[in-house]
Amino acid sequence: MKKFLSFMLALCLVVSLAACGSTSSSTPAADNAPADGAAGPAATGTVIRIGGIGPVTGSAAEYGLAVRGGAEIAVAELNARGGQQYELKFEDDEHDPEKAVNAYNSLKDWGMQVLMGTVTSAPSIAVEAETAADNMFQLTPSGSAEDCIKEPNAFRMCFSDPEQGALSADYIAEKGLATKVAVIYDSSDSYSSGIHDAFIAEAKVKGLEVVADEAFTADSNKDFNVQLGKAKSAGAELLFMPFYYSEAALVLQQANAMDYAPVFFGCDGMDGLLAVENFDASLAEGLMLMTPFTAAATDEMTVSFVTKYKEAYGQEPNQFAADAYDCIYAIDAAIQKAGVTGDMDASAICDALKGAFTEIELDGLTGKGITWDVSGAPTKSPLVFVIENGAYEAA
Amino acid sequence: MQFLSYLVNGISLGSIYAVIALGYTMVYGIARMLNFAHGDVIMVGGYIAYTVMTTMGMPTLAGICTAVLVCTLLGVAIERVAYKPLREAPSLAVLITAIGMSYLLQNLALLIFGSAPKSFSSVVALQPLRLFGGALIITGEALTTILVSALIMVCLTLFVNKTKVGHAMQAVSEDKGAAQLMGINVNATISLTFAIGSALAAVAGVLLCSAYPSLTPTTGAMPGIKAFVAAVFGGIGSIPGAMLGGVLLGVIQSLSTAYISSQMADAIVFGVLIVVLLVRPTGILGKQTREKV
Repeated sequence: MKKFLSFMLALCLVVSLAACGSTSSSTPAADNAPADGAAGPAATGTVIRIGGIGPVTGSAAEYGLAVRGGAEIAVAELNARGGQQYELKFEDDEHDPEKAVNAYNSLKDWGMQVLMGTVTSAPSIAVEAETAADNMFQLTPSGSAEDCIKEPNAFRMCFSDPEQGALSADYIAEKGLATKVAVIYDSSDSYSSGIHDAFIAEAKVKGLEVVADEAFTADSNKDFNVQLGKAKSAGAELLFMPFYYSEAALVLQQANAMDYAPVFFGCDGMDGLLAVENFDASLAEGLMLMTPFTAAATDEMTVSFVTKYKEAYGQEPNQFAADAYDCIYAIDAAIQKAGVTGDMDASAICDALKGAFTEIELDGLTGKGITWDVSGAPTKSPLVFVIENGAYEAA
Repeated sequence: MQFLSYLVNGISLGSIYAVIALGYTMVYGIARMLNFAHGDVIMVGGYIAYTVMTTMGMPTLAGICTAVLVCTLLGVAIERVAYKPLREAPSLAVLITAIGMSYLLQNLALLIFGSAPKSFSSVVALQPLRLFGGALIITGEALTTILVSALIMVCLTLFVNKTKVGHAMQAVSEDKGAAQLMGINVNATISLTFAIGSALAAVAGVLLCSAYPSLTPTTGAMPGIKAFVAAVFGGIGSIPGAMLGGVLLGVIQSLSTAYISSQMADAIVFGVLIVVLLVRPTGILGKQTREKV
C-alpha cells in the first residue's frame, strides 16, 4: 500500500513537471522565427537580439504568456518581411523582482542588445535599476507603475494607471454621461487604486460630483451589495469600476438583483468580461469600457493579429499581447530611424534609441499615431466601447 | 430601510460563512485538527456542480447530489491518505499537511479547469422578495442561504446530541483512548466526521457560487479563511458557536462597510475578533476547559 502510494505520488510529480515543461517550451512561432529569418529575402547586416522578461509560470503567467506570444508574432512578421532581422529570447521571472534581475543577467550573457520587458511593474522597477547602470534600452509593454520609466533609458507602451483614470473622467465629463458618479475600487490593488485616485482628482476638475466612493479588498471581493446600495441610495447615474472583469461580473449581477441600473464604466481590466464562461451577457448590456485594445475590433490589423495569435496559441489575444506586438514594431521603427545595426553594442544602441523613440510615430494595435516624449511615456488616444447585443461597439 | 437591507445582506453572507464554519468546527471538535483544505473542498463542490449542470446540461438536483457525493468521497479520501497516517504525529505536522492538501487541490483545479473565471448558474429558482414597494429587495439566494444554513445547524445539533453515532462523536472528542476502550470505532467515527464536513462543504460551495456566481480555483480559499475565523469567533468545536460566529462576522462586515468605512471593513472585523478572544479566549460559545497537567 505504501509503495503504491509513493508510486502514485511520484507519478503526480512527473505529470506536473511535464505540464510545466510544456508551457515553458518554445512555441511554433518561436521555432519559425529564426528559420523564416534565414530564408527571408535580402537579410541585411547582422541579427539584433531582443530579450524579453515576464512571468510565464506562476500566478501572473497569463500576462507573461500573452506578452511572449504577441512579441513572437511580431518578430516572425518582421523577419519574414526581410530587412533587419531579429532574434527573440524570453526568460521567465515568475513575477518576482529578484528572479527578473537573474533573468536579465542571463539574457545579457546571451548577448541581448535591447530589452522588451518586464511585463509586470515590480520586477520592471527592479530590472530598471540594472538597465540604467548598464545603459541598456528598456521598453516595458505593460509595466504601468509610474516608476517603471523614471530612468532615461526606460520607455513604456501602455498607459500608466493614473492616465487611465484621468482620461476616463475626461471622457465621462465631455460626453455628459452623468453628473453624479459613484466609484467602487479595489484598495488592495495598485492598478485599481492608481486609476481611482487620478479619477477622483480629475472628476473634481471637470465638475463631476462623486456621490459615493467605496472600496473593497482582495480579501473580500465577492460581496458588493453594500457598496452598490450606497451608490444607489446616493443617486449615482454612473458607476465607475476600475477593476478586473472577474469582480465586475459579480458587481453587475448584484446590481441587477437590487434593480440598480446606472451607466457602468470600466477600464482595460474590464476587457474579457464577455468571454467569462456561462456569463449572462444581458447583464453587461450598455456597459462602457475604455481600453487601448480589444480582440473584438474589426480593423484589418487587429483581425490579422487575432487570427495569427489564435492559430499559434489557441486563444484570443488580450491587451498584453497587443502591447508586446506594438513594442517590437516600435523598437523596429526606432532602429530604422536611428540606423542602428546588429554589430553595435547595447550601450550604443541605447543612446541611439533614446533619441529615436521621441521622433517616431507608430500606428499600432493599441493606438494610431503613438508618440513618445523624453520621459518615456506614450501619447495615444484610448478607444471607448459600449456593449450592445453582447458585442463591443465603438462608442 | 437601507439599514435593513445591509443587515439582511450581512446575515445572508454570514450564513454562508456559518455553513463552512460548521465543517471546520466539527472536524476540530472531533479530530482536534484544523482542516485547512476545507475551503478547497468547497471549490471542488462548486466545480462539480458547474460541470454537471452547465457543461453536461443535467438538472440542478443532479448537480447538487453529485457535488455532495463527490465531496464526501473526497473528504474521506483526504482523511485516509493525508491525515490518518499522522494521527499520532505532532499537531503542527498535520496542520502543514492540511495546508499542502489545500494547495494540491487548488493546483489540480487550475490544471483541470484553468484559471479563467466561470459564471455559475444559480440553483435557486425563488423570485426576489420586494418589500416596502421595492425599497427592500431580498434575493432568492439570500433567503435560501439563510434557511438552509439554519436547517443544517438544527439537524446537526440533533444528530450529535440524539443519535448513537452522535454520542460516539462526542465521546471521541472528549477522550479518544477512553472511547476506544468503550468499544467505539474511533477511525470510523473520524471518517464519518470528515464525510459530514465535506458534504456540508459541497452544500456551502453550491450556495456560495449561487450567491456570488464567479468560480475560480481560489474561490474557496478566502471564504474558507473567513469561516475559520467565524468558527474561532463563535468557539471552535461548538456547533451553535459556528453558526453564531458566521452570522456575526457577516453582519459586522456588512455594517462596518456601510457605516464606518469600506476600506477599513476587514480591519474592523478582525479587530472585533481580537477583542472577543482577549475577553473570551475560547470564543463566544466555546467551552472553558482547564488544561490538565
